[in-house]
Amino acid sequence: MRRRIGIDVGGTNTDAVLLEDDGVAAAVKTPTTSDVTTGITKALAALVAQAPGARTAQAVMIGTTHFTNAVVQRRDLGRVAAVRIGLPSGASLPPFVDWPEDLAELVRAEVVTLEGGHEFDGRPLVPFDARGMRAAARRIREAGITSVAVAAVFSPLNAAGEEEAAAILAEEYPGVAVTQSHRLGRIGLLERENAALLNACLIELARKTTRAFTEALRASGIAAPLYLTQNDGTVMLAEVAEAYPVYSFASGPTNSMRGAAFLSKRDEALVVDVGGTTTDIGSLRHGFPREANSVVEIGGVRTLFRMPDLLSLGLGGGTRVAREPLAIGPTSVGYRLTEQALVFGGDVLTVTDVAVAAGLIDLGDRARVASLPAALVDAALVRIRGMIEEGVDRMKTDAGLVPLIAVGGGSFLVPARLAGVSEVLNVPHQAVANAVGAAIAQVSGEVDQIFQDLTREEAIARARRAAEDKAVAAGADRATINVVEVEDLPLAYLPGNSLRTRVRVVGEIAR
Amino acid sequence: MRPVTADEIESLAIGAWILGTGGGGSPYLALLNMRQAYRKGVVCQLMDASELADDDLVAVVSNMGAPLVGQERLTDPKTMALAVTMMEEYLGRKFRALMSLEIGGGNSIQPFMGAAVLDLPVIDGDCMGRAFPEAQMTSFAIHDLRMYPLTLADVRDNAVVVARAASWKWMERISRKACVEVGSIASTCKAPRTGKEIKECAILGSTTKAIGIGRAVQAARRAHRDPIDAVLEVTGGIKLFAGKIHDIARRTTEGFLRGTAAIEGLDDFRGHTFRLAFQNEFAVGWLDDVPRVMTPDLICVVDTVAGDAIGTETLRYGQRVTVLALPAPPILLTPKGIEHVGPRAFGYDLEFRSVFA
Repeated sequence: MRRRIGIDVGGTNTDAVLLEDDGVAAAVKTPTTSDVTTGITKALAALVAQAPGARTAQAVMIGTTHFTNAVVQRRDLGRVAAVRIGLPSGASLPPFVDWPEDLAELVRAEVVTLEGGHEFDGRPLVPFDARGMRAAARRIREAGITSVAVAAVFSPLNAAGEEEAAAILAEEYPGVAVTQSHRLGRIGLLERENAALLNACLIELARKTTRAFTEALRASGIAAPLYLTQNDGTVMLAEVAEAYPVYSFASGPTNSMRGAAFLSKRDEALVVDVGGTTTDIGSLRHGFPREANSVVEIGGVRTLFRMPDLLSLGLGGGTRVAREPLAIGPTSVGYRLTEQALVFGGDVLTVTDVAVAAGLIDLGDRARVASLPAALVDAALVRIRGMIEEGVDRMKTDAGLVPLIAVGGGSFLVPARLAGVSEVLNVPHQAVANAVGAAIAQVSGEVDQIFQDLTREEAIARARRAAEDKAVAAGADRATINVVEVEDLPLAYLPGNSLRTRVRVVGEIAR
Repeated sequence: MRPVTADEIESLAIGAWILGTGGGGSPYLALLNMRQAYRKGVVCQLMDASELADDDLVAVVSNMGAPLVGQERLTDPKTMALAVTMMEEYLGRKFRALMSLEIGGGNSIQPFMGAAVLDLPVIDGDCMGRAFPEAQMTSFAIHDLRMYPLTLADVRDNAVVVARAASWKWMERISRKACVEVGSIASTCKAPRTGKEIKECAILGSTTKAIGIGRAVQAARRAHRDPIDAVLEVTGGIKLFAGKIHDIARRTTEGFLRGTAAIEGLDDFRGHTFRLAFQNEFAVGWLDDVPRVMTPDLICVVDTVAGDAIGTETLRYGQRVTVLALPAPPILLTPKGIEHVGPRAFGYDLEFRSVFA
């Protein structure tokens, strides 16, 4: 039997599920603890108590928003040396140029710019300044900076410069952590460099956190390998993933969407995930979240991450409701819901109180909302319906009716009928869809490259082979690999029928 | 002549991206360069063409190449300045000011980058009033002005002077070849113009107009009003269509990004379809298969909610967009103008009819 444990470490709750073949055998929700480890240990203990078979799981997948929160809240970030390879090009826009000043000051320890880099066709721009790199490596070592981000011009097409820089750093400064931008991003130097810098400043936290996860696992008597879930709904082995914390930035919403697809057995649908503070709406395509194609900002830094295209609304179970005039949100009582909401003895009218008064859910003390005017409750529900309907309409890719899968702890807020929606799907275990999504994650490989003088078919075939090799290197079983995304974009002004081709493949974890 | 504030450069970036009509490339990196310069104390001067003496010389500048290469080889002021000083050396004369080739997209800010290094003013104007894909699609070409010499510089200190060209098309071919050779990105200084030529043949006031459009969008966003309404108010434009992109076809032919995008109507436009054809920039739009709008009227596609312009390279399935038409500069609407930049110049056998007629 195939047994997998999926864990979602959220800001409020740590959820865990045991998946046996294709069914949910056990599911638990426990509070997240500040040390993370205790919360996971407790969740695993509760899971094992429900289903002793959990101990023999073959894989454990953890999804967490820990690293995004660190950037957004400016805490636990390491100091970084930035190495840019590409002079004389780009001299006027050095590393960190478009970062918010407060974050740049926290992270920027040293900036090195060197000659090197490549052209769009892979030719060198100018020869790489290896001597300059060696001197910089020594300076970085002397300054005691433990993490370095390296970004070279056109490195996604020719990674030689970044690789050589990393080799020199390893020689001069054994043990230094090096993030190479071509491993992280696509074409777009600043955004890719930003991703590398963010990664570099999180690398120490990622190691600590991954170790805490591993300890929690061992303490629970589970010997299975640990994987971390990524933004694109796939996983990496923890020991690989700890070098790429930025890849898990959006894994929370991704997991809930993937979990929604699995639980509802729908591959093409919209997903609405209602939490305590926000409602996220996304679109499933072939069972995966549709990705944002544009620039994504994390804590004010522009990046080009593989992120799901999400619409976030200020609507959740803890969202405040104002009476005169009627307003829903945007602020929320958040994790204080169980103290501050009327039904829990507090004095703040929240969306949850409205839902209890309307009989959508039975929570707390219903008598405490009995005096709410029916007109207020109705008007608030109409407003909530309107917010969800508008959000759904904005995320739809065509005018036809689409199914909508409701997940998350606040899914009771989603009305059974909505304009533009063919059916609202409520599924068992919808409250822990994110942990289910973690448990079913696969391994991916992606290539984004410019091809010249090839037919479209040849270019795609070549990109596909390279993507498959990457997936296998990341732990996929070659026989199970499927192509999930193909995108090609002819490039204006480049000669020789240039085609930018992006192919993404996924496969099951090799056993 | 008046100083340009840092806020005005921010507004210029937003307005110019809208005037780019889908092309011209994102102004973001040029804007970052200007933020850097202003942080160091630079303040650029905007000059009205009327302040030029007839025999003053003006450098008409642009960044040339593939927008995608520009995302890796980041634009910088020194290369821009090099193209200008090379031209001065070649001519043996000094420039009085710089001017943008095209106000649409990133090239709106390029003269400011050069001006910041050279300490010269920037003329309030350009020679397209928008963005166009080819060298002969300018008010100067429509006026039959000379198209040479041209200087082209790359960041490695490679530089080319195109001393003569038999026609605008030849100038385009030769300079394009040089540009590709240095990696498909280069700074160029086009044929120098006299103060008299600028006053008579340029599209004047377009820098101020772009700043005004950007400022209107920013003000609307701050006030939580519809930024698209603000654009229409300030430009006298028309909202043509609103909907969701449901099909895109793109291909590269002769070094251009050509293709079509189909938009399915939403709200007031439900049940209708709008189709756009582009060659780098949007060229023609059909409402339910009937031509509705065509170049040189400006066809702008913007994000329905944020009001940000969307480029032909970044159009994406599922985007919610609004199609606007903005009035073209009068010179482009003359019979000679239509010959250069009307629908037939883009291969569409259509008689030009302005939506504003």
